[in-house]
Amino acid sequence: MDNRNNKAWLYLLPAILFLGCFMVYPLIDVFIYSFEEGYNSASQTYFGVGLYNYSYVLHDPYFLQAVKNTFILVIFTVPVSTGLALLISVGLNSIRPLKELYQTVYFLPYVTNTLAVGLVFMILFKKTPYSDGLINLILNIFGMAPVDFIDGPYWAKMFVLCFYTVWVVMPFKILILTSALASVKQDYYNAARIDGTSRMRMFTRITLPMISPSLFYLIITGFIGAFKAYSDAVALFGTDLNAAEMNTIVGYVYDMLYGNSGGYPSYASAAAIILFAIVLTITCINLLISKKHVHYS
Amino acid sequence: MKITLKNLTKKFPSRNKKVREDVIAVNDFNFEIPDGKLIGLLGPSGCGKSTALNLLCGLQKPTSGQILFGEDDVTDLPAENRGVGMVFQNYALYPHLTVKKNIMFPLENLRGKDKLSKEVMEAKALEAAKLVQIDELMDRKPSELSGGQQQRVAIARALVKMPRVLLLDEPLSNLDARLRLQTREEIRRIQKETGITTIFVTHDQEEAMSISDIIVVMETGRIQQIGKPQEVYDNPVNLFVAKFLGTPPINVFSGRIENGSLFIGTDKILNVKSADGTSLADQPVTIGIRPEGFVLSDDGALTLNLTEVEVMGRDITVVSTHPESQNVEIRSIISSENHVEITGDTVKFAIKPHKVHIFSVETGQRIEFTAE
Repeated sequence: MDNRNNKAWLYLLPAILFLGCFMVYPLIDVFIYSFEEGYNSASQTYFGVGLYNYSYVLHDPYFLQAVKNTFILVIFTVPVSTGLALLISVGLNSIRPLKELYQTVYFLPYVTNTLAVGLVFMILFKKTPYSDGLINLILNIFGMAPVDFIDGPYWAKMFVLCFYTVWVVMPFKILILTSALASVKQDYYNAARIDGTSRMRMFTRITLPMISPSLFYLIITGFIGAFKAYSDAVALFGTDLNAAEMNTIVGYVYDMLYGNSGGYPSYASAAAIILFAIVLTITCINLLISKKHVHYS
Repeated sequence: MKITLKNLTKKFPSRNKKVREDVIAVNDFNFEIPDGKLIGLLGPSGCGKSTALNLLCGLQKPTSGQILFGEDDVTDLPAENRGVGMVFQNYALYPHLTVKKNIMFPLENLRGKDKLSKEVMEAKALEAAKLVQIDELMDRKPSELSGGQQQRVAIARALVKMPRVLLLDEPLSNLDARLRLQTREEIRRIQKETGITTIFVTHDQEEAMSISDIIVVMETGRIQQIGKPQEVYDNPVNLFVAKFLGTPPINVFSGRIENGSLFIGTDKILNVKSADGTSLADQPVTIGIRPEGFVLSDDGALTLNLTEVEVMGRDITVVSTHPESQNVEIRSIISSENHVEITGDTVKFAIKPHKVHIFSVETGQRIEFTAE
């Protein structure tokens, strides 16, 4: 028995070493940093241990702005992107001609570089002294006043960020959902048809429960991904996100480490731990809700 | 509900681009299924029997022809409006719903004036469950049931809305041998109790023969023969039907008619005349002899090379060969009551004339004859 146990540990050793070094240790370290007050990375010294870092971060208007932005982003993009992806997947699944072509087209954004796409979005939405941008031209046709989406009012910038995030995360969701839909056996639909089931009921009573594990997976990863958003905002609004009022929690952490005001690993750690707590709470709530509604076969 | 099929045909476009010929899965079906009977649609795989079932339930549209339920033409009626119940080969039970919810599913689809209250639905579901004896399992999920129990749930779900016609696609193929015997009797019982016209598809001739009122034998999209199981067995119209029905299968020999006698090799088996008393023309024929048509006899007409004797208890199977036999081995079943010792290299049999069928070599059609 002992021998077998030793062998098992031996097999696990590489994974344990790597995960320990690069995941568990940094996590613990971040946790410790977050309680060390006045830590100086150059001299590796600190004044004391306490909750001051948390207090500072939670009172920092930039952090509160980042939290607000992140929550708005999460609350809008996760349901909208998942819902749209579901609609598109159902559509893709029910058409026959050129199905592969459409699937490829919908997947293209996934293999495109985030920053490049951000640039395109900027050109589409930006209003400069020389041009109003394509979106504003379209708005003009409907008789609306041009809006600067990149340097303009808060709601416009938020709209672009949400729009962009939805656009970027959709392809992966469509990919997962189309394959989930394709794996639902035709027999279920045939049986339902013979029993006179309406299309709507087929969707809510058969399709949705059957793909619920994939859907749930997308919602969980969608929440986590949106909470960790950063590069999307940079792609659209540049690196000085605080000035643009478009910072996210991860952006705040980054700024605290390396930004103009950088060099505060303790504040960064505290912010990171707060983010971790938020994500953990939301994921737990998701898991609890899913127990009732997700059907694993 | 009486079902009438008129010139029912279903063609599929060929997948092979070089050969532009359509695949005819169901070729010109004409027959009438009397009300309240159990019909077995029987044929080898790929003969179009499942397509025929799909046409009946409305999942596929026929290329031409008509389907009538009673006097109603349902040919263009979509599946949901036909009022048929169907049991799929793999049952197609909704895995996320309990047995009760599965059975209630068809009832919950009813809208408008047919809409039922929850109590009525539950009562009907329970009634259907009792009929197939699964009322103890109502709160289980399909994955927690055995294959036989799942099968029963599928039947209950198909029956709960009191369909005009019940269709079963290979209902027993996913069950083990013992359960198959039990379930086929169950299907027979349920059909008798409900009196619903039932059509089931199978490739297993024993299954079809044992419970059907009428069997329909199919091959490559064509109906070969329709009739009561025993009639079809005793009077097959052609070599295909004769070969397809019966276990062990019929023994087939190459033979000939010569001067009013039937020969296998040099052995003269019977003296034959055509059914109307005239003599049959000399010709090569294919001869089929049922395994139970052999009688051990020292002065028997047919001499076979003995391979082995299999004692089954109730009867004995004599396995032998013959140069003119089209089967690899000839199986003849004889009663074990006589305690006969079979030894030596050869064995002689007399042949029961009514267990012999003669078929045309060219067409495979049966040639009627009377033995003298």
